[in-house]
Amino acid sequence: MLTLAPLIHCLYAAESLTESVAAAAFSRVGQRVLHVDRRSYYAGNWASFTFSGLLTWIQQHHVTLLIKEAQDWSSLLEEGEELIHLSHSDCASIRNLQVFCFTSEEDEEEEAPNTTEEETGGTKETGEEEEEVREEEEVREEEQTTPSAALRQSEPTKKKISYAQLLKEGRRFNIDLVSKLMYSRGSLVDLLIKSNVSRYAEFKNVTRILTYRDRQVEQVPCSRADVFASRQLSVVEKRKLMRFLTSCVEETEEQRAYNGRPYLEFLRDRQLGDNLQHFLLHSIAMVTEDTPTEEGLASTRHFLRCLGRYGNTPFLFPVYGLGEIPQCFCRMCAVFGGIYCLRHSVDGVVVDRDSNRCKAVIDSRGQRITCSHFVVEEGYVAADRKRVATPTRFLSRAVLITDGSILPSDSDQQVSMVTVPPIAAGCPAVKMVELCSSTMTCMPGTYLVHLTCQSVGSAYEDLSPVVTRMFRTPESHDQETCPSVLWCLYFNMTDGSGLEAEGHNLPSNVYVCSGPDGDLGHELAIRQAESIFQKILPEEDFCPPAPNPEDIIYDGDNTSSSAGGEEEKEENDGVAEEEKQEEEKEMLEEEKEMLEEEKEITDM
Amino acid sequence: FRQHGRVKIKSTAQQEEEKRKEREKKLKIYVAARDACFSKRKEGIWDDEALQLTQQLLSSNPDFATLWNYRREILMHLETVKDEDEVQKIYEAELSFLESCLKVNPKSYGSWHHRGWVSARLPRPDWARELSLCDRCLSLDDRNFHCWDYRRMVVKMSGVPVDQELGFTDRLIGSNFSNYSSWHYRSTLLPLLHPESPEPPSPCLCEEQLLKEYELVQNAFFTDPNDQSAWFYYRWLLGRGMSICNCLNVQICMKIPSVGLLLVLDGQPQRVEWRSVHPRFKHSPVWICDLPPGTISDITNEHNLTASLLCDLLTSKGRTESWCRDSATDQELFRSELSVEKTSVLQSELQSCNQLQELEPLNKWCLLTIILLMRALDPLGYEKETLAHFQTLKEVDSMRSAYYGDLCSKFMIENTILKMEYAEVRVFSISDKNLTTLCHLDQLLLVTHINLSSNQLQQLPPQFAMLQCLEVLEADNNSIENLEGVYHLPKLEEVLLKNNKISTLADLQPLASCPKLKRLDLRGNPVTQTANIESELAELLPSVTDLLL
Repeated sequence: MLTLAPLIHCLYAAESLTESVAAAAFSRVGQRVLHVDRRSYYAGNWASFTFSGLLTWIQQHHVTLLIKEAQDWSSLLEEGEELIHLSHSDCASIRNLQVFCFTSEEDEEEEAPNTTEEETGGTKETGEEEEEVREEEEVREEEQTTPSAALRQSEPTKKKISYAQLLKEGRRFNIDLVSKLMYSRGSLVDLLIKSNVSRYAEFKNVTRILTYRDRQVEQVPCSRADVFASRQLSVVEKRKLMRFLTSCVEETEEQRAYNGRPYLEFLRDRQLGDNLQHFLLHSIAMVTEDTPTEEGLASTRHFLRCLGRYGNTPFLFPVYGLGEIPQCFCRMCAVFGGIYCLRHSVDGVVVDRDSNRCKAVIDSRGQRITCSHFVVEEGYVAADRKRVATPTRFLSRAVLITDGSILPSDSDQQVSMVTVPPIAAGCPAVKMVELCSSTMTCMPGTYLVHLTCQSVGSAYEDLSPVVTRMFRTPESHDQETCPSVLWCLYFNMTDGSGLEAEGHNLPSNVYVCSGPDGDLGHELAIRQAESIFQKILPEEDFCPPAPNPEDIIYDGDNTSSSAGGEEEKEENDGVAEEEKQEEEKEMLEEEKEMLEEEKEITDM
Repeated sequence: FRQHGRVKIKSTAQQEEEKRKEREKKLKIYVAARDACFSKRKEGIWDDEALQLTQQLLSSNPDFATLWNYRREILMHLETVKDEDEVQKIYEAELSFLESCLKVNPKSYGSWHHRGWVSARLPRPDWARELSLCDRCLSLDDRNFHCWDYRRMVVKMSGVPVDQELGFTDRLIGSNFSNYSSWHYRSTLLPLLHPESPEPPSPCLCEEQLLKEYELVQNAFFTDPNDQSAWFYYRWLLGRGMSICNCLNVQICMKIPSVGLLLVLDGQPQRVEWRSVHPRFKHSPVWICDLPPGTISDITNEHNLTASLLCDLLTSKGRTESWCRDSATDQELFRSELSVEKTSVLQSELQSCNQLQELEPLNKWCLLTIILLMRALDPLGYEKETLAHFQTLKEVDSMRSAYYGDLCSKFMIENTILKMEYAEVRVFSISDKNLTTLCHLDQLLLVTHINLSSNQLQQLPPQFAMLQCLEVLEADNNSIENLEGVYHLPKLEEVLLKNNKISTLADLQPLASCPKLKRLDLRGNPVTQTANIESELAELLPSVTDLLL
């Protein structure tokens, strides 16, 4: 176990993107940062998993409901202090987990394809009988359809990938719990560039924007080159679209006249025709029919500003998945001395009654850690202490592994953003991202598909109708040409945008940050991180560029020792401090070497 | 190593100082290497060390032409002393060295030239590799003309099939159609791939492909009507329909016509001196000669005149001069730019352009193309629309209003000539049409009466002297300053120049060469304010009897 230095400027419990960004920012300007997480993996609900990692995660979510009894740490408290207990489990943020496997367990040699279904623990535990009944029906249906499916498969030479293969190649998967994209002029990309954190990761362009319309998947022409090449638009439509896109960059009197009225009405009055109206509303602005005009125009502008910076679409996706991003910031934090502790949780916050400030925290091992600020994820905070939107909002998520792209093209390495408008009244609009194997998130020959929407019902209720229509599953009909779903997972996750920014019943130096929200971009997380940083250090720059390795001075032994000495006097445990400094220095030097290597590679 | 917990970073001054030192060091090495190279070259040493030295220098500065030359000398020397495999190796190394130079400066003349030279000398060239290098370069900068040039050479040497190359332009245009190089390349490939007729090879396209190209380019200019590359390609396409090699006026191009142009009178070849209408012209569509005295004694009979092989001249009874025009139709003379054979195609193109114009009423490229299409279809029928479009053009593109004015003048003159031809008269009247320039004057050879009043003409250019039959010139209310073209007009009697800008007596000098000039109106010209103007004019133009000042 790591001996923790008693004086910590900033302490983090759990890591979401918000926390890791804020931690990196504090560490960068010289604050001492300790980061603890009860989980065994980085990034919390922002994590990426290999296939087997995801299966483990699913299992954990079935068992961790056994709540550990709160321990009595009163002996550790001093006069005038009280303890706020923190919740142990984040199971509340994930629910309605359901898993289906539509491919054979073993390779094709085996007779009678096995119709394995991983029964969902979630439903069992909650004991919702209806669900179980329905699932049994599915099993039956599947048994009926699979023989014909097997016949179908025997014809083409391409063999359906079996579950065993998915498991075997499981390490090639990097499955994100959240599905987002990076707007190429969004705050996350700006921050990655500004802080030099971008050098820790690689990115790929989203290559096309698709939409689902009239039971068909179509490509949305959004850049100049797309519009030129589009075969679905007439030349007049092309002109109208281009003119609309150029005209809405600037705000005009004409547009202001529509403030408060639906964007759809604004589009209708531009006489663009159904085609263009659909593209503009659902795929470019990505809003709903009743979104007000000013909001629709703002998101259209944001989309357009992001176009052409890195490619023909406005989006980037990190190679190896979104889970890379929090890790990059963690790495930056560590380079500047931040300490990380996994499988280590904070049980309670010690509060000074008079000042109502957090003085220290107590970890699960009964150690009291002094800190001047404490940042905690929403999930740790008991419901009565935080202010959230009621009722709690949820996101519906589905993760599919499929055997083909929903819109095959010349290249099988397309990264597609797909907008699916509500398929019926009252249904949510679904955002779908289809990742190919070159994003390093799935094995060759498969595609990883993420579906996200605001919950209306459970994830299965919200998303399975879309899946059934757009893909071939045992439930779908006449969809020979659609890609087959090999395996899929449905779950609901708390929508982080429900957390209020202010007004929590917590000490003034405790900061709450939310989990992932349903937006496509990362604006919320970055905004939160910056605002926490500014509250604590209003004078400091947020994530200034990390220096180039060659500009860092290492001959500090003579110059900084006196400064270090002064610090020693102030601190109770100077020796440990110095040791830690040594450690950090080594880390930094390793880092420097690594960066230099990287640089050489890029220079070549 | 930390102050208040922060990583200590070198200050800007420190960094600058380090950089400066580094630069100094580099410069020293560079200068030494350069001097070494020069002295080696002087001594005629062609060894590996020289190759090394030049490589070192060129990799930091690939635009050092002398060093590339030296390198070529060395390589050519090595070719003579090494066997083929070794030469192949040397040149391959050269290619990969060049690749690194191109990374330093992808637009280095020296590197690309040297690459072409090496590729041509390589015993076993790998053209596929070169092509993919070009593609890589062009994907980084699709307008790198050095690379385009090199690529053309590679394609030629390796014989890449034309259809593959056309596919290549498809790809480039697909990723960004604002690219003259790609469109132009396309225009050279298409006639090879889809000729109008297989034999003989023609610069024209078959109709099927032409229609496909129209569609492609329309997609481009509807997507972005302000991008001129697509419009230029479109104009090229519209000129691809008909063979345009009808050189009806061969004789007009000849420099010294007295050699080739033979005048035959009643079967008798004549020795005559040909001259152009104005001493400034070495080339001219109109040539004049005087028959030797006494060749035609009786002017009452008809005579046959043949000039060279091309024109038949006829003198009619009672006439003392003979004029010849060949039989070129006006359509061929005026409308050479757009030439699609089928007017239905042009008509449908005009329709799509009108559609675009409705959406983009102020787009200059669209307006100009519409004007050209209208000219090609029916110049007289569309005259009103054409004039309106010119007006809009001058307003939306005021920087080029003079260009549009000249173009409009040209079209108006053409229209007037057409009307005159239909009426078979020798009077040419084009007043009050905002003319800024005169053209097609060779077509007005037979005109006796010209009315140019109330236009914006600034001069009567030397070409005006082609109006050899002119008797009356009306040019009131213009801005004429210069009368250079009113020169040796044998029949000119009347010149009306009221309200122009003739300011000096010298400007009137050309008139003195017109022997029959009797009436001259100079009212409202600055020249009338000159002292003793009347007596001066009487001296300059003794033939003028009716002078209005």
